[in-house]
Amino acid sequence: MATAEIEPAALPAAESRPPWTAVLHEWVVTVDHKKIGILYVLMAVGFILVAGAAAVMMRLQLWAPNLALVPPTTFNQFFTLHGTTMVFFVGMPLLIGIANFAVPLMIGARDMAFPRLNAFGFWATLFGGLLVYFSLVVPGGPPTIGWFAYAPLTENSFARGPGVDCWALGLIVSGLGTTTAAINFIVTILSLRCPGMTLRKVPFFVWVMFWTSVQILVVMPPLTAALTMLEFDRQLGAHFFDTQAGGSAYLWQHLFWFFGHPEVYILVLPAFGMISEVVPVFSRKVLFGYEFMAAATAAIAFISLGVWAHHMFAVGMSRALDLFFAAASMLVSIPTGIKLFNWLATVYGGKLVLKSPMLFALGFLSMFVIGGLTGIILACAPVDLQVTDTYFVVGHFHWVLIGGTVFGIFSAIHYWYPKATGRMLSERLAKWQFWLLFLGFILTFAPMHVAGILGMPRRIYTYGPGRGWELWNQLATLGALLQAPSYLIFAYNIVTSLWKGKVAGDDPWDAWTLEWATTSPPPAYNFAVVPTVKSRRPLWDLKHPDDPDWKYE
Amino acid sequence: MAGVLLADAQNLSVLDPAGPPAESIRGLFVLVSAITFGIFLLVEGVLIYSLVTGRRRAGPTDPEPPQVYGSKPIEIAWTAGPALVVFVLILLVGRVIWEIQPNPDRPPPGAEPLRVTVVGHQWWWEYRYESYNGRELGFVTANELHIPTGEVGTPRPVYLTLQSADVCHSFWVPRLGGKTDLLPGRTNQMWIQTDEPGVYLGQCAEYCGTQHAHMLLRVVAEPPAAFEKWLAAEAAPAADDPAGRAGKAEFLSLSCVNCHTIRGTTARGTFGPDLTHLMARQTLAAGTTPNSPADLRRWVNNPQQAKPGCLMPAFALTDRNLTLAVDYLETLR
Repeated sequence: MATAEIEPAALPAAESRPPWTAVLHEWVVTVDHKKIGILYVLMAVGFILVAGAAAVMMRLQLWAPNLALVPPTTFNQFFTLHGTTMVFFVGMPLLIGIANFAVPLMIGARDMAFPRLNAFGFWATLFGGLLVYFSLVVPGGPPTIGWFAYAPLTENSFARGPGVDCWALGLIVSGLGTTTAAINFIVTILSLRCPGMTLRKVPFFVWVMFWTSVQILVVMPPLTAALTMLEFDRQLGAHFFDTQAGGSAYLWQHLFWFFGHPEVYILVLPAFGMISEVVPVFSRKVLFGYEFMAAATAAIAFISLGVWAHHMFAVGMSRALDLFFAAASMLVSIPTGIKLFNWLATVYGGKLVLKSPMLFALGFLSMFVIGGLTGIILACAPVDLQVTDTYFVVGHFHWVLIGGTVFGIFSAIHYWYPKATGRMLSERLAKWQFWLLFLGFILTFAPMHVAGILGMPRRIYTYGPGRGWELWNQLATLGALLQAPSYLIFAYNIVTSLWKGKVAGDDPWDAWTLEWATTSPPPAYNFAVVPTVKSRRPLWDLKHPDDPDWKYE
Repeated sequence: MAGVLLADAQNLSVLDPAGPPAESIRGLFVLVSAITFGIFLLVEGVLIYSLVTGRRRAGPTDPEPPQVYGSKPIEIAWTAGPALVVFVLILLVGRVIWEIQPNPDRPPPGAEPLRVTVVGHQWWWEYRYESYNGRELGFVTANELHIPTGEVGTPRPVYLTLQSADVCHSFWVPRLGGKTDLLPGRTNQMWIQTDEPGVYLGQCAEYCGTQHAHMLLRVVAEPPAAFEKWLAAEAAPAADDPAGRAGKAEFLSLSCVNCHTIRGTTARGTFGPDLTHLMARQTLAAGTTPNSPADLRRWVNNPQQAKPGCLMPAFALTDRNLTLAVDYLETLR
């Protein structure tokens, strides 16, 4: 196997640095997948701070009954922006961005298949996000519709200002960006793998990104269609969802959730892939049961397309539909269980290296399972009738999205940051970040389950005293305050480590996939010589010529 | 003012059911929670064990641990095991789905069903009492739902027909059953029933706009005799108390009548809650404040203070008009 044999890129001395305008120009016009990946991540970090601040304000307002810290309309704007931002402008850009950086390197390619389309995808996502936030300065301000924007609250009769239009158009624009990213991943993974890397030998993260992209391609168009129909209603006098004129509120719910439920798998599958890279390296073992993991990934991608109406048990569908969607939702737990058990089997018998990527991966393994299990409880349609649209659900999906997606993303960023920048992140700050996040996250979202069981609906800007909700809300607010600094520490760490961090070297984790064979940061062309591989762990083969993987695969 | 909210301890726990649908659901909830808790203990146990032993094994100079690529029998085992659990769960879920389904056309034998149409409005509840035990009722009230309690041999199921006048809402009284949405353009059915007299609280559970938080539900379950008395009082036209005559004339000349109905008078608006027997209710503004004279006056004077964003404007009534109108409302028992 050939590794790049070029000089490690020396960090330029201060006096030889190009002027900042040149640097800015270079980043704006770049079509390099690595830079675009980093841009996605930076965009998401910006948005996470804004949407996180909205979350903290909501938690403060719910600290005690009948507080008047945040007025009702502002509160409703906060949760609309918080949800929309976290899903579309934090979660997806982080996952797509990290994959953008890592996938071509992991398959030994020089770039994505369509570099210009790749740049378009990023800028569309960013400007879609900015368009949504443009609602801050229009009359009436941001929309007050919630992130799933149930009709007819979004119609002219109930939302007169242009806030909803900013929201809908912003999501259409960023949806275009996401769709092009998905096309790009599919083509890249299918056609740009280095010699020897058959589809059965791609690193697991690459395999997962392929199926995530397939899901994006299937569910983004229905969302775009629904949003377009909404704009037809609002601007051109159509009546798709205008119930006052015979439109259907029910139709919107089906269209939205046909996108909305696979969306949560889109948000969590890439995290599965990241964990599947980090857990083996830091357990010093090969991923247990790769083929079954691969099959489980495809199974999740398929089954999750048929579970959307489990968000709609309370809408009054038929008994048969309730049972169908309950059963389909529970079926997803089987392939998800397979994955979890395989990760455990990978950790089992390993020699654990508790560096920051592994810490976050262990946070994922220990917490995601809880979100998965409350998911099974919610899939029981009758139980869902009680706890849907309550804080139980809020607790559940934050458990999946933070316990799963966010821990996975932090694990990945701590894992690949040295590759992207050539510098190590501070382990001390990473440990602070991890423990504040881990404890703060549990303290925020565990009490929410209790509040929901005690009858507290979601999306209420205040509540009366004496219902037994005060304690749980106070714990959740304390948790949010504990969690918040961890994100700031993270932002501080990724910025200051650029010059304070130890120099990483090519392969700081003694890892096994191709990206560690090139320099840190990699040159624009990634590999001087396109590598050839014989197994799923080419660097293992290189490091253990006496005991290579290809003998066993 | 919202600060003076009802301070009595209120129980809304889904784990403390007071009627058949809520009881069936609790049974399933407890069972599936127990199963998932078992899985949770297993997974975390294995993880912690691997973590502790994996740490003990770790050392910078050690060679790599044995590489285990997978095992078909193990994979099949941990696919089949969960599949079996899921299969059993699906059967259980199916049974409960059928158990809690409302069946308004075939009430159980010996039942005396009450039928009410519930219309959700931004941000209050309209109740149209249709029939009780086969007897036509045909009056409209708001925000507080009175139902009769059943007894052994005579269940008194309440069949709710759910509709919406504007946006999506959801009817949810946790101790009586799961929630059912009210969608504009669709009609849903729901079933609640209890044998225990008492007040059951809940609130709108589907985000419906600015004051979603103050669209509270209050179900008063009372023994059949008391319920009959309430029915008779509600069905009667509004009281024509001499104490309120002056206020009545004034009230009927104000714009209040555009939105509110007071049966037996010229006030026939339907945009806001029916006020015919306003004084029979314990709360105002869909549970936002208690129904005391002081609160009523504050509410009529400026609804935007207690419930900012609600659809009733502050009419800037003169002191005299306000006093007359409130005096009249106070007579509507």
